[in-house]
Amino acid sequence: MSTTISEGLMQAKAHPGRIITWAVLLIGGLIMITPILFMFGTSFKDASQVYDMRLFPEYPTLDNYIQVLSDGRFLRWFGNSLGIATTVTLSNVFFDSLVGYTLAKFDFRGRYLIFLAILSTLMIPTEMLVIPWYLMASKLGWIDTYWGVMFPGMMTAFGTFLMKQFFETVPNDFLEAARIDGLNEFQIWWKIALPLVTPALSALAIFTFLGNWTAFFWPLIVTTSQEFYTLPVGLTSFAIEQSIQWEKIMTGAALATIPTLLVFLVLQRFIVRGIMLAGLKG
Amino acid sequence: MTSANNTQVAPPAGRSRKRLRMQTKRVLWAWGFLALPIIFYSWIRFYPTLDAFWLSFTDWDLLSEPNFIGLDNYRHLFNDPQFWQVFKNTFTYLLVGTPLSLFFAFIIAYFLDRVRFMQGFIRALYFLPFLTTASAMAWVWRWFYQPVPIGIINGFLSDFGIAQQPFIRSVDQALPSVLATAIWAGIGFQIVIFMAGLRAIPQTYYEAARIDGLGEMAILRKITLPLLKPTTVFLVVFSSIGFLRIFDQVYNITTNDPGGPLNSTKPLVLMIYQSAFSSYQMGYAAAQTVVLFTILLVVSLMQLWVMRER
Repeated sequence: MSTTISEGLMQAKAHPGRIITWAVLLIGGLIMITPILFMFGTSFKDASQVYDMRLFPEYPTLDNYIQVLSDGRFLRWFGNSLGIATTVTLSNVFFDSLVGYTLAKFDFRGRYLIFLAILSTLMIPTEMLVIPWYLMASKLGWIDTYWGVMFPGMMTAFGTFLMKQFFETVPNDFLEAARIDGLNEFQIWWKIALPLVTPALSALAIFTFLGNWTAFFWPLIVTTSQEFYTLPVGLTSFAIEQSIQWEKIMTGAALATIPTLLVFLVLQRFIVRGIMLAGLKG
Repeated sequence: MTSANNTQVAPPAGRSRKRLRMQTKRVLWAWGFLALPIIFYSWIRFYPTLDAFWLSFTDWDLLSEPNFIGLDNYRHLFNDPQFWQVFKNTFTYLLVGTPLSLFFAFIIAYFLDRVRFMQGFIRALYFLPFLTTASAMAWVWRWFYQPVPIGIINGFLSDFGIAQQPFIRSVDQALPSVLATAIWAGIGFQIVIFMAGLRAIPQTYYEAARIDGLGEMAILRKITLPLLKPTTVFLVVFSSIGFLRIFDQVYNITTNDPGGPLNSTKPLVLMIYQSAFSSYQMGYAAAQTVVLFTILLVVSLMQLWVMRER
């Protein structure tokens, strides 16, 4: 009896505190998105309004977008990034899950060794590999090609490890039943096992896409002509060229950010859940 | 029993031979699935790793053939004052960035976890920066850091009568300014992971602790933090690696003098980039990548060691 009363009292007492906590968290969150808001706000300002510190301009204009998009470079970079990120994501979803499945569900000599070998590549930072990759790319004529940007990321140890973890939770009975039904091993993976791990697959797809969409270091090295720039690299060269025309730079930055924000708004729950999933398993 | 067994010998033998054939078949399938990945990992991961080690012992400059020069690159590196400046910067990013961002991420996650009203929306606000492109947002921050009348932050300071700050134009403030953008971009991820970790702690633990009369701080210290250790270790390693490899923000905020002013913001990865792709000292750059590799290896091994303690 006394505990329930004191509990009730505690909750009543905590109430104003809770409202303050809530308000502080909300204000903090709004501060977090201020840079994004200012970026969008300024992209609708003309040059004369840039020094006006108001978030959104009195007379919003689309002129910046029209000018920035008019020479077609941004659309080109946008297309490059979209194509590259999509291709790399499909490749990872296919190969990482196939390898993860093989390592989880097949029994053969050397399995553990291969698993360790793939896992050990997690220890090697990209930065260590870029010089040999660059040498390789220039010898094979891959500089300034889409393949040159994509080839290092076509499979990842992280994805393989993630998928292996999830395939281990698939009951063997399911696979055995399919085997008795006469499906071959590829069909068993594709038709039976893969649909059972879709949450992991979508997490992997989101991670890979986002990682490649925002990738900067390797694309900066392997592309030298504007035609093959990805959006982040193109944006950097564009911003340097605009020098102090901040409204143009903000428009470019906004163009680079809009796609991920749209995807996030549509897939919010999915993305957060995917990150929690991968974070906890990883 | 034996007679019964004898009569049954023939069929199992046939079945086991069939099973053996199936087993061989499955092994073949497995190697078939692994064929392309094995080529990929050998060619795109292992060979380049060995190549990087080899190149670090050469004077390769992209034009002439590489010559073996022993440890000269490393000797040169350790006698290069720029390297020690860069080393100091890199560890400043790491040692300030990781604890600071994890501290705030935990506090926000801890309180946000108890919020019921609009929790998803508030979490989304914190998480949104994580989805932005670093090179794009670096330019937004760069604009924020400008002096009046352009820069927002200085405009804000002057409204309150506070002195103007040079931010990215000063040797002392440039690194913290760059670091702030990196923390801003990464903290949403840490909050989401911390919240997942908090939610994974069974409610019964808290109920038991309350029945035992433990206060909020005691519950935090004795239950929440110890049970959150795996999450924390993961985040420490993940964000440490992120800060040790910082590049995009620094490069974009300081494009007119990458790593400036006076190398005060230059991290190891930017030094590698410049040595390799501005000065074409490939061997020297390779030696720097080996140093980076060693640092990351030590951090990862420390994680394994901490986890083993448990």
